[in-house]
Amino acid sequence: MKAPLLRIDGLVKRFGGLTATDCLSLDVAEGEVHALIGPNGAGKTTVINQLTGELHPDGGRILLDGTDIVGLPVHARVRMGLARTFQIVQLMGSYTALEHVALAVQANAGHSFRFIGDARADERLTGPAREILSRFGLATRADRPVAALSHGERKQLELAVALAMKPRLLLLDEPMAGLGAAESAQMVELLQSLKGQFALLLVEHDMDAVFSLADRISVLVGGRAIASGSVAEIQADPAVRIAYLGEGDA
Amino acid sequence: MSPPQATGARAALAIGGLLVFLLALPFAADLLDVPATTSLVTRMLIYAIAAASLNLVLGFGGMISFGHAAFYGIGGYAVGILFQHARLSEPLFGMMLGTEQFLIAMPVAIVLGGLAALVIGALALRTTGVQFIMITLAFAQMLYFLFVSLKYYGGDDGLVVRRRNVLFGLDMRDAKTFYFVVLALAAAYFAFIWRIAGSRFGMVLGAIRQNDRRVAAIGIGVYRYKLAAFVLAGMGAGLAGGLWANYARFVSPDMMHWTKSGELMVMVILGGAGTLFGPLFGAAGLITLETVLSAWTERWQFFLGPILILIILFFRGGLSGLVALFSGRNR
Amino acid sequence: MSLLVIEQILNGLQLGVTLFLLAAGLTLIFGIMGIINLAHGSLYMIGAYAGALAASATGSFLLAVPAGLLAAAASGVAVEFIVIRRLYERDHLDQVLATYGLVLFFNETVSILFGRQPLFVAIPALLSGSIEIVPGLAFSVYRLAIIAVGLSLAAGLYVLIQHTRLGMLIRAGATHRETVRALGVNIRLLYTLVFGLGALLAGFAGVMAGPLLSVQVGMGEQILIMTFVVVVVGGVGSIRGALFGAILVGVFDTMMRAFMPHIMRGLLANGSEADALSAGLASMGVYLLMAVVLLVRPQGLFPARG
Repeated sequence: MKAPLLRIDGLVKRFGGLTATDCLSLDVAEGEVHALIGPNGAGKTTVINQLTGELHPDGGRILLDGTDIVGLPVHARVRMGLARTFQIVQLMGSYTALEHVALAVQANAGHSFRFIGDARADERLTGPAREILSRFGLATRADRPVAALSHGERKQLELAVALAMKPRLLLLDEPMAGLGAAESAQMVELLQSLKGQFALLLVEHDMDAVFSLADRISVLVGGRAIASGSVAEIQADPAVRIAYLGEGDA
Repeated sequence: MSPPQATGARAALAIGGLLVFLLALPFAADLLDVPATTSLVTRMLIYAIAAASLNLVLGFGGMISFGHAAFYGIGGYAVGILFQHARLSEPLFGMMLGTEQFLIAMPVAIVLGGLAALVIGALALRTTGVQFIMITLAFAQMLYFLFVSLKYYGGDDGLVVRRRNVLFGLDMRDAKTFYFVVLALAAAYFAFIWRIAGSRFGMVLGAIRQNDRRVAAIGIGVYRYKLAAFVLAGMGAGLAGGLWANYARFVSPDMMHWTKSGELMVMVILGGAGTLFGPLFGAAGLITLETVLSAWTERWQFFLGPILILIILFFRGGLSGLVALFSGRNR
Repeated sequence: MSLLVIEQILNGLQLGVTLFLLAAGLTLIFGIMGIINLAHGSLYMIGAYAGALAASATGSFLLAVPAGLLAAAASGVAVEFIVIRRLYERDHLDQVLATYGLVLFFNETVSILFGRQPLFVAIPALLSGSIEIVPGLAFSVYRLAIIAVGLSLAAGLYVLIQHTRLGMLIRAGATHRETVRALGVNIRLLYTLVFGLGALLAGFAGVMAGPLLSVQVGMGEQILIMTFVVVVVGGVGSIRGALFGAILVGVFDTMMRAFMPHIMRGLLANGSEADALSAGLASMGVYLLMAVVLLVRPQGLFPARG
């Protein structure tokens, strides 16, 4: 069997007396959608932040394609194909949607120590960026500053930016958060269409979305994975029902 | 505030008009019998270069550097020290001779400004926010104390540069000639900043100012781009400092004093941070204010302080903001 | 030689507690209100001037202390009320520039009122002279008194922050502004109080420094920038860091100034050149210390927890 694209091995993170990540192990295979669910405070975002490098774990390993990336800074991990979206959108207020995606294209094209030449008029950047935006139905919004976009559009833009980085593994931190029913459905459809192009680690509260997208689900409670398996297995798992689904609204 | 796009016909017209105005200024000053104006505007242009270089880190990159005068002072001392060694024909570091050549001394000033920025920036940029402000201020003050203690180069009293540097066969002593030299360099530097602002590097820098977390998540190492901007800014300040040494024919540790850093910041903010010509307006504005107030009272800082506070509290966009407000243009 | 070292360590400790009084105020104000206040050094200067003037007018240093405290605290509260209050929601850049404006204003005001000539303050008779603390080493009583008072103020501050209701609010206010507001606490009043407390500490440092330094315009910025070094070395936002950072910086700076000339004279043949160079190196010392700390622990030696 082929080694997984991402392997988390005995990950530990403590904040003072609180163990936020408690010896967590899980893996994501190439092209797989692996959902990470759990009640609020279970430590999902803490896991994501350790994967991206914003937080440094107290123990354990994170292997991306067999390489331990724990010591690497955020941007180096991204260059290895590990992209993410943020739960609370992180965008540059004055830049247009196109400029966001073009910047990601630019980052992907190598270093940016180019001091002359108008980046905004550079077809090598704007061409691919426009193409990605139109794939997301954002073509008409391309030249709007993101401040003028709706919340749903910004969430989509986050995804478009991540896509422009041509990731091998995409970490999605609550892509449905704050979206209306129609926008959520649109987002699920969008993610559905991307399935298979790269691996996804999906953190999400919207159970309908999780059940329709995930190949595998891990349930995180108190920083520890209490169960892991297919959608059907998780839905049937009594421990999960008690610990999580029972008290949730699913 | 997106980086300036001087593509519009209006912008081109405005820039052309400004350039014509500056080219004609010394002649108009002679005609109107106020020749001192030429020297005053030379001073404004030198400060405009220094402020524009600070604007690169402060306005475009969002790094609140409170130690920019250090690089300005280093540029000045580079010219001053090279001149002193040339005059006394004493070797510098046992091997290099000094020089009076503008085309050698100025590049040295620029490079040393950049090198100092590289060292200070490499340390200071390991932090952000309030620490960064404190550290840049502290390191600049360290260089200030260093030059105060260098008795050989005048210490506290500074160093007199008896003659302006030699540039081809030009009569650099002539106020008008020197003005055009400064104007040419200022124009070149502003053109350089304009190109940078719209370049790939400029896009990264502007993005870092707004959201460095996002920039890192795109796979761009924030630190090295900030440092590059910091070094480029240090080089610009070195250029301005070297010009100042030629203009005033005098350098002193006061060039690096923290109040000088404060003045440069005020110019940037007064003119409008992150705009192309903001630093020019800011430098002109502050020097005008200083000239007017100090003609009236020796205690002009007594008024400058409260004026500054009022501007910060009530007119945030600076002069460019006011201009934009009146011309009804949105940024 | 070892006696000299002990003496310099004590001198350093004295500078250290002075720095701590400023760094603690700066840290409180930054930690709780998120304000970087360049005018903190001006409050120190105001304390020193008020103390010096009161001492020369009344001939009593005992009256100089309340005069300095009162002047600094009153200026602090006024500054908070007129300017700082409007800066809480602003970014650091606006805070830096507005408080820079305050520094210009205070410096010029003081030099208009009292001229540019430094004032000198006599050490109070009660504390003048020196005592032999170890055989063969006489040390200034006044400096010892500063160390004692400074350390007890540090202890008092610890008690205030850890064990009083005000301290609880201060600690909570730093991390959970909204929660404190929800408790029905008057945040504005709390902020004014904290700012006043910071001003009080700065003013006290100023009065105490009066008899040791010349009281003059610009003294505030000199110590302010050194206080910044303390805060960076100790760790931003931590009172504990401010204390250890202040003592480390104070002792290191004093030692460099005391012993650098000996070292340089040993290295260089030319005596006057050695002196000039060592003076330069000594004044750069604490900044180089800061550089080393930044290389090793960019967040400072004792960063705030959490």
